[in-house]
Amino acid sequence: MDMPTPNPEVLAKKARIVACLKEVLPADAVISDEVEVRAYECDALTAYRCPPLAAVLPASTEEVAAVLKICHAEGVPVVPRGAGTSLAGGAMPTADSIILGVARMTEVLETDYENRFIRVQTGRTNLSVSGAVEEDGFFYAPDPSSQLACAIAGNIAMNSGGAHCLKYGVTTNNLMGVTMVTMEGEVVEIGGAYLDAGGLDLLGVICGSEGQLGVVTEATLRILHKPEGARPVLMGFDSNEVAGQCVSDIIKAGILPVAIEFMDRPCIRATEAFAGAGYPDCEALLIVEVEGSDEEIDAQLERILAIARTHNPVELRESTSADESARIWLGRKSAFGAMGQINDYMCLDGTIPVSQLPYVLRRIGELSKDYGLDVGNVFHAGDGNMHPLILFDANKPGDLEKCEAFGADILRLCVEVGGCLTGEHGVGIEKRDLMVDQYLPEDLDIQMAVKDVFDPKWLLNPAKVFPLASSEARRMAAE
Amino acid sequence: MMTPSTEVELAEAIVGAQSALRIQGGGTRDIGAPVSGEPVSTTGLSGVSLYEPGALTLVAGAGTPLEEIEATLAAEGQRLAFEPMDHRALLDTTGTSTIGGVVAGNISGPRRIQAGACRDSLLGVRFVDGAGRVLKNGGRVMKNVTGYDLVKLMAGSWGTLGVLTEVSLKVQAVPEAVGCVLINGLLDADAVAAMSAALGSPYDVSGAAHAPAGVDGHPVTMIRIEGLEASVAYRAAKLTEALAGFGGDVSVERDADKVAAGWAWVRDVTVMQGGEGDVWRISVKPSDGPKLVETLRARHSDISVLYDWGGGLVWVQVPKGSDVRSTPIDGHATLIRGISESRASLPVFQPEPAPLAALSQGLRAKFDPRGILNPGLMG
Repeated sequence: MDMPTPNPEVLAKKARIVACLKEVLPADAVISDEVEVRAYECDALTAYRCPPLAAVLPASTEEVAAVLKICHAEGVPVVPRGAGTSLAGGAMPTADSIILGVARMTEVLETDYENRFIRVQTGRTNLSVSGAVEEDGFFYAPDPSSQLACAIAGNIAMNSGGAHCLKYGVTTNNLMGVTMVTMEGEVVEIGGAYLDAGGLDLLGVICGSEGQLGVVTEATLRILHKPEGARPVLMGFDSNEVAGQCVSDIIKAGILPVAIEFMDRPCIRATEAFAGAGYPDCEALLIVEVEGSDEEIDAQLERILAIARTHNPVELRESTSADESARIWLGRKSAFGAMGQINDYMCLDGTIPVSQLPYVLRRIGELSKDYGLDVGNVFHAGDGNMHPLILFDANKPGDLEKCEAFGADILRLCVEVGGCLTGEHGVGIEKRDLMVDQYLPEDLDIQMAVKDVFDPKWLLNPAKVFPLASSEARRMAAE
Repeated sequence: MMTPSTEVELAEAIVGAQSALRIQGGGTRDIGAPVSGEPVSTTGLSGVSLYEPGALTLVAGAGTPLEEIEATLAAEGQRLAFEPMDHRALLDTTGTSTIGGVVAGNISGPRRIQAGACRDSLLGVRFVDGAGRVLKNGGRVMKNVTGYDLVKLMAGSWGTLGVLTEVSLKVQAVPEAVGCVLINGLLDADAVAAMSAALGSPYDVSGAAHAPAGVDGHPVTMIRIEGLEASVAYRAAKLTEALAGFGGDVSVERDADKVAAGWAWVRDVTVMQGGEGDVWRISVKPSDGPKLVETLRARHSDISVLYDWGGGLVWVQVPKGSDVRSTPIDGHATLIRGISESRASLPVFQPEPAPLAALSQGLRAKFDPRGILNPGLMG
């Protein structure tokens, strides 16, 4: 992975930068020891590592502002970090950068059920936001599968989704306001406990900007009352095409499940061997979940099962208890772990129009043969967000490179059929160089122009999102 | 009036422009500070180019009439989730609303509280910026975090950042049944409390509005539910039970046509149509709504009020030239209907704090370096 050459001037003045940071932060909030900073050398994309110059762990918006003022004045790149769970290398450091971690900022600042929002510091984990309102019957809807660990800061940076976003939307649809610190160290409030923007929708641009426009320290999030209940149904089919058609028919029938998950045969077999969820041995499997009271769930499932039956399923399994529901979800939830048992894997995240599902799965199968690498598919079928898992052996020379080339081909295929490179993980460093396959140079240029406005010196989260060649002129001019 | 029929023609027109351009779709939403300049219409960029009901997606030229899109969707039992308002009667305009105009204004109706605003249904845009560059952002799939989200930025930018040429939208199935719980006779604050209770319930409310003076002149609070027949019946009963304690008479309307007419009445702010005063649209925290209205009532004897979005959207009609912002608002107020004097003297859009204004100004300078697209419309 190409990264820009570290700025030698910044490397040379490390001692002074660290001393300045220690003036505005408690001693234990500045980590500069060469061994200790290794804890921040990568995120969940562990194939790439680079220790940062130093790491800081501020505990308040004011401390974040103080850090950014110093870094801005000294020309030091800053890599904001939530919980470090990015699969795209969104929080990967450069050697001349300061990691700004929000892990110590985990407070709930305000809970308002009457107006249905919660305001939190962004180091709080996704699941603990729901946890804070759960006893009162509420929840925060976006539910990325890393929700136990991932921070709201990273959710906002990557505009994270989750299994239930078919009904509830992704982060940007549930984010009402932010407190953000600009690279200059200025604290700005955008949005709040009310809906939509009074002027340009700056909040909409900040969400999903991968920490390149500012550091979000506090967030106002929409909360909802939990549904009375939820129940999944499992369906097995003897071809991907038929399963894909079934998804399309359910959607067309006007029923909106909260989740429609899809697994193909390689993935079914791997999870069955790993978790023993009792899945049928078939080509394609759907898990469809609906919500409501028991009677409402019955009514929805009756429709869904009637549609499924027209596609000659090899299996239809209804749940009659919480235990059976858990077993239906068990395999899906352990899919990544199951694939990881077999080998190292790379998880992709392209989105395709739902109608292209059978074609794309067929092409992935063909590419798998060409590359000689196995792939399992598990994904959110209702919205076309795929998660092909490519298996490789990290210890075998050349295998990672082969896997990356295979992954890139799959993502190009997603773009070719009218989809995109990433549906919920973000570009980071991982898909940075593929951006030219989705966007023309001028389309990238206007995005970079947005960064020029928020971060004219191009110091925030360097070397992410945009191909280095595309951003080179701007980065040079900013130095 | 320039009416380019292709993106390239539009780009050429913008490159060749020597002075300000006034960008419009069907011209039904005469909103914003007055703009002088040569009119450019997008109505030549018309037509649905892709519609996949099974994927809930539709792509259309920005100039496509909204009615055409709604008819196309209705033929497949689908609709736009965000329920865009028809501004014609309120603003006394004629013509045909376009989907590009809807997107440019982020026009969102009562279902915004459940299904999101127009910007939340918008999957992708193509547009020509002020330098004449043809650009795209987003796409036609439901989940897309590839690069910065300029789709949201373009929604609600009122043609000041670029001229939309094509939009791609997520659509929604029309549910088989609908019902509306009605509460008669509530005071504003009680009505907002009742709506909060409904919206904070598990019953998936898709509309919550309160008219201090409804069609018959008396206060009415409306809570809408949509879904399968069994669901609607069940939820209506549950909500009736839950809302009994707020003081008014609770009833349930199940006639679909009557429910639709009632919500069109809310959506189009019918109560203020043909009125004399200025009309403001104010977005606040729902529980702040009644307090704001109380302040305005103390100041003006003759005002008309309509609450939507559970109290979070307050429509007020006040005497011409009144500044509803003279008491600070934690939210934003937009002057939707006003005589030209009001619109020239009062900021039509909520003035932003200095750092945000600087960011917005910076973005405008990048997207429209010559400042020729609807200059000054948003202030």
